[in-house]
Amino acid sequence: MADKKSQKASIVDRPLSKGRGEINISTFALLFSEMVQYCQNRVSTVPELQSKLSELGYHVGIRMLDLIFIREKGLKRETKLLNILLFIKSNVWKALFGKEADKLEHANDEERTYYIIEQESLVNRFISVPKDKGSLNCASFTAGIVEAILVGSNFPAKVTAHWHKGTTFMIKFEDSVIARDKSLEQR
Amino acid sequence: MARQGGRATDPRKVSQELFTLTYGALVAQLIKDYEQDDEVNKQLDKIGFLFFACRGYNIGVRLIEDFLARSGIGRCNDFRETADVIAKNGFRMFLGITPQVTNWSAAGDEFSLIMDANPLADFVELPDDHNQLNYSNILCGVIRGALESVQMAVDVRFVQDILKGDNQTEIRVKFIKRLEDALPAGEE
Repeated sequence: MADKKSQKASIVDRPLSKGRGEINISTFALLFSEMVQYCQNRVSTVPELQSKLSELGYHVGIRMLDLIFIREKGLKRETKLLNILLFIKSNVWKALFGKEADKLEHANDEERTYYIIEQESLVNRFISVPKDKGSLNCASFTAGIVEAILVGSNFPAKVTAHWHKGTTFMIKFEDSVIARDKSLEQR
Repeated sequence: MARQGGRATDPRKVSQELFTLTYGALVAQLIKDYEQDDEVNKQLDKIGFLFFACRGYNIGVRLIEDFLARSGIGRCNDFRETADVIAKNGFRMFLGITPQVTNWSAAGDEFSLIMDANPLADFVELPDDHNQLNYSNILCGVIRGALESVQMAVDVRFVQDILKGDNQTEIRVKFIKRLEDALPAGEE
């Protein structure tokens, strides 16, 4: 076993691909719908299902974070709140879905809340929500990706997906993030 | 220097990295839920089987019909033709790779698919304590399910895997029997 392994170049020794590879959307849709099904069989409520999907998204997001920062930002992370949000809206969305997210908004009434809005979410394109689960939004998976990227960049936050103007991702930062960003601004 | 991940957006395509990492998330979840490699292998096979079969008779068959229509091929006359369609049409359409069909048994009822690239396994390294894991075992289930939708029972398994240190990835497909009933067997 060990000598077999040593013949192989380790994955980090190989050059990083440019990430332009594409795959048939049906393949992704089939995989994703089976994942939703799998999760659904192991939970009993919609919120549980959404948090399960979000966990799976987290797994993807934390890896995507490394990949995009290495590939597009020369390893430099964003330190400003607005910049990390713009980074997600443009770079992350482009790498994952081939286009920018439609909108980024700041809540009027709450400083720590932001919204990323997407009219048609890729992951929802092939999902028909059953009537008895009206509130279910499978874009919780994407919310998990966004959360991983924020948490992984040291902007601890909770991200949830909601049916509003298409799909709205609600980002609630921890208060410490807002306080830190303000102190950065004053300098 | 800042490269934008600007892919020309074909609405019928999706980022391969998103797909690969999503599959990784599924495998990681299964390992959490089932712990034992051979049990994870079984579950991956089962999930893949559901891709084409068992979505209720209608959807499974529709997917296959859609696939046959889009690739402009009719019914296969023999198992050799089936093997070619799997490799040159099925794999190419769904995974963007064309495995080599080889190692036919003398009776012509068993062949191998050899892949040098595997989009499911990009970024993957198997830890030593998972050396029994057939990481891409979902493919076995997919092939089994797809053929069952055209009334063909087969046995599909991984023989070699680059992830395990082999030189190539090899999937072995063995014909078992034709299914008589038009309804695919399986879970409801």
